[in-house]
Amino acid sequence: MAHNSEQSPLYLTHPKVSLLITAIVMVVALIGAQNLYFRGDYKVFFEEKDPQRLAFEEMQNTFNKSENVAFMIVPKSGNVYNTQTLNLASELTEAAWQMPFSTRVESVSNYQNTYDLDGDLIVEDLILEKMRAGEATAHVQKVVESTPELIGRLASRDGRALVVNTIIQMPDGDQTRHILDIASAAKSLKADLLARYPSHDIYLTGIVMMNDAFAIAASHDVMKLIPAMFLLIFVSIAIIVRSLWSAIFTMVVVSVSIAITMGVTGWFGVFLSTATVNVPTVITTLAVADCIHVIVGMRYFQRKGRSPHDAILESVRVNKKPIFITSITTAIGFLMLNFSAVPVLAHLGNMTAIGVMLACLFSLTALPAMLSLRPQIPDNRSQNALFAKWGQFVIVNHKLALLLSSAVILTISLFALNNRLNDIAVEYFDERSSFRQAVEVNNNIFGGMSNIDFVLFTDIPYGITKHEFLDDVESFSDWLEKRDEVNHVLTFTDTLKRLNKNMNGDIESFYTIPNDSELTSQYLLLYEMSLPFGLDLGNQIDIDKSALRIVAVTQNLGSNELTKLETEAKAFFHTLNSNYRIEAASPPLMFAHIGERNMSNMVWGSIFALVLISGLIIFALRSVKLGVVSLFTNLLPAAVGFGIWGMLSGEINMALSVVVSMTMGIIVDDTVHFLSKYQTARIQNQSNEQSILFAFDSVGMALTTTTIVLTLGFAVLASSSFMLNAHMGMLTIIIIIAALLVDFIFLPALLAWLGNNAHNRKSRAKLAQTQRG
Amino acid sequence: MIATWTKALLLITFTIVPPSTLLASDSTKAIEIATERKKRDLGWESSEASVTMLLRNAQGQEAKRALSIKSLEIDGDGDKALTVFDSPRDVKGTAFLSFSHALEPDEQWIYLPALKRVKRISSRNKSGPFVGSEFAFEDMTSYEVEKFSYEYIGEEEVNGEECFVIKQVPQYEYSGYTSQKVWIDKSHYRVQKIEFYDKKETLLKVLHLKDYQLYEDKFWRPMRSEMRNVQTRKSTYLITEKIDFNTELSDGDFDKNRLKRAR
Repeated sequence: MAHNSEQSPLYLTHPKVSLLITAIVMVVALIGAQNLYFRGDYKVFFEEKDPQRLAFEEMQNTFNKSENVAFMIVPKSGNVYNTQTLNLASELTEAAWQMPFSTRVESVSNYQNTYDLDGDLIVEDLILEKMRAGEATAHVQKVVESTPELIGRLASRDGRALVVNTIIQMPDGDQTRHILDIASAAKSLKADLLARYPSHDIYLTGIVMMNDAFAIAASHDVMKLIPAMFLLIFVSIAIIVRSLWSAIFTMVVVSVSIAITMGVTGWFGVFLSTATVNVPTVITTLAVADCIHVIVGMRYFQRKGRSPHDAILESVRVNKKPIFITSITTAIGFLMLNFSAVPVLAHLGNMTAIGVMLACLFSLTALPAMLSLRPQIPDNRSQNALFAKWGQFVIVNHKLALLLSSAVILTISLFALNNRLNDIAVEYFDERSSFRQAVEVNNNIFGGMSNIDFVLFTDIPYGITKHEFLDDVESFSDWLEKRDEVNHVLTFTDTLKRLNKNMNGDIESFYTIPNDSELTSQYLLLYEMSLPFGLDLGNQIDIDKSALRIVAVTQNLGSNELTKLETEAKAFFHTLNSNYRIEAASPPLMFAHIGERNMSNMVWGSIFALVLISGLIIFALRSVKLGVVSLFTNLLPAAVGFGIWGMLSGEINMALSVVVSMTMGIIVDDTVHFLSKYQTARIQNQSNEQSILFAFDSVGMALTTTTIVLTLGFAVLASSSFMLNAHMGMLTIIIIIAALLVDFIFLPALLAWLGNNAHNRKSRAKLAQTQRG
Repeated sequence: MIATWTKALLLITFTIVPPSTLLASDSTKAIEIATERKKRDLGWESSEASVTMLLRNAQGQEAKRALSIKSLEIDGDGDKALTVFDSPRDVKGTAFLSFSHALEPDEQWIYLPALKRVKRISSRNKSGPFVGSEFAFEDMTSYEVEKFSYEYIGEEEVNGEECFVIKQVPQYEYSGYTSQKVWIDKSHYRVQKIEFYDKKETLLKVLHLKDYQLYEDKFWRPMRSEMRNVQTRKSTYLITEKIDFNTELSDGDFDKNRLKRAR
């Protein structure tokens, strides 16, 4: 049928048919999208057999989980030891048991106070009954301040705040829905109590509230900012290209590419995660670039007097190769992420690779088909002259341009060394978020809410009651306690010393660890028998009494400081010369490790991909010289971007590591289109300088348009209150602008200089001739 | 043909009748079942059993304890029980005495051999775990009809036995549960399964009672009790190794002052 399509391919002879085929493919793919589901849990970042994940899960399974909601009660009077505040704490403690998935509630009110009464061990709630106004609170204060398990953890050392800590145990699987339920229960409980205790403030913190803040911020951005971003991209294309239809067609290609990618992902049964939610944005950047090349190219040929039909055909013909090279190399680059140890990054790589190739396909078929249905009025403005003039200027001053731009690039890039990986999860939210406000109050009063759980294994049943072991535990807890960054240490040795004292008539000199391990075991048995539901020692001691968990609450440390504390603590424990095993884990520590791992994987993976792409360009353009040149233009924008980031902030978080891969497509697109146009001219025996001018003339407009459009789009993301997205938006903008500047200043200067050195002076004479002529 | 239709119709009618309209008669029926359950187990006087307690956590890690349990039936009140730990070594000889009461709080004492002293255990905290297991104290004490209020739910087959299903609500103020759902078989009024609901009325634990054996031609005892905590995924198995009803036990063996000599 359409076999002799040299002149008119199917999408131009039968545009409606080809659009129908596209639509059918999209619908079939979209059926798969119903299999998609979102997983927000930490496990998606780890392979099944990852040792860190196994250690963490072992800890979670051996002891109870440590996900929590913490209610921080701050009376406006500045002192918690009054009947009102203590009653509020009691009431909140009772009510917190009703929260979904709560398994344990701890506060000063249900703290199991132990004392000796006529030779019997009494174990009971510190605040047994509701206090009447004016009742003495001095007793409560005295107990709280002399109990290391409470002070600094459930009551602040300065008496300004109390904490009701609710431990949550969620079933495995999709936890996002549960988190929202729990958080809304906590918020309504808070509102209810504040109405009845008006002279108090209640702040909500804890891992569950943080995950809730994540979910709220992410969904706000997905619902509000991402649509605004697409709208701005649409409007700016319409204005810059001066064609509403061109903008509509571009958005159609973008949407279809994203829809099919998501559908195919669903067909393969892959779930979505925090890493892959950015896939639509990455696909958008390259799809927009592809379309703009075709549209701007068509305009270019229309201005040169071609008919609309011919102009489309010609634009597709000249853009086919660079678009394909850009897409295939970017796709291969993304497929490299399959070598990362992080499963969701492999998903990110595969999905983006599919999307990028789809964008390539549709920008070269569906887009021209649509354009042929709505022929554009030729535009007679000659904007391109501007780019040619700039090109001339760079060529004439190429030595100066090369020297200056190299110096500037090098200087800026050196600032990249300022960057430090520092993920502080609680600071992902700016001051507008109520979670961040609670974090700040907590930081002022308690000094932070991060934590590391250490588990000390004896590997013998009842091993934890041995005196030698308990001595090591004591030294270890003391060491932790003395660290500046540690605010509180919860250790079983404190409980044991208290029991020994109680069992010996509350005599202070017995506040020591018993010498006899059988005595220790039996105290433990008696104490365990006396504890009420939900307040057992299962969160500190394992079932055969062979391992002990110690919880260190720390300042809100960055990921590297937290892992440093972990390493040093382990090292100290090993100096005690015992044969006991030590493991460390906690949600913040998981974040820290994920951050480190993610960061190095992503950054090095992306850099490797960019180098690999340059290697592929050597083959695609069949030129070693251009391949080597592309190595510079591919790597320098990222170096400049991170250099500028080093000047502005210097703190790198998880999201920023994604930026290199996010901008990879655009960086490569700029390079490939410029170089391939340059090469086309060279092959047609034009001089070095003429070829550079030709490249400027034919792609300058398209590259600038793409950069402006995407900059405006990402500016919306940069305005987010969710720092992960805001920083990602900012750095993306910096890198794509840097990429354009590198390709408009450094690249032509380098080509001019290389051409000068390698070739004879003829070309220069030729240029002078053409200019005269 | 017509009969089948009538049956189906009846079934539909029954299922759509709201449960509240049946409440009054339901509670009487449930109390009848509970009373029969207790009645069928009267007159065993005393028993002595060797029991293995096996604890398992979500990680699959296990811990074992060996216990010997002496029990004494008390007319018109809750039973008395004396539990002595045989292993692990560190707590060997620790003895635990409890007097269960129908309405007043239970009384509990513990003897610690390393300290050579008897200590009373505060009775408010009956909801706490028994030696780190998934069994709470209140799950271990003797069954008395007065401890609960009842509601009849329906019938269901469990472990191959046709069972009544009743809901029982603890009358004890400090219980850790809001309610329990109990499956009692029709053939011998033995408990086959219990579901325990926590303070927020969500399922906390499931107890399965298995391998019932008949003693003295009258008393059924489960050889395996399996308690699974569905929230923490921990579980505890109570395995009866040996049980003897011909004992010479008397009230004097359940005296807190004689706990030191308990063996």
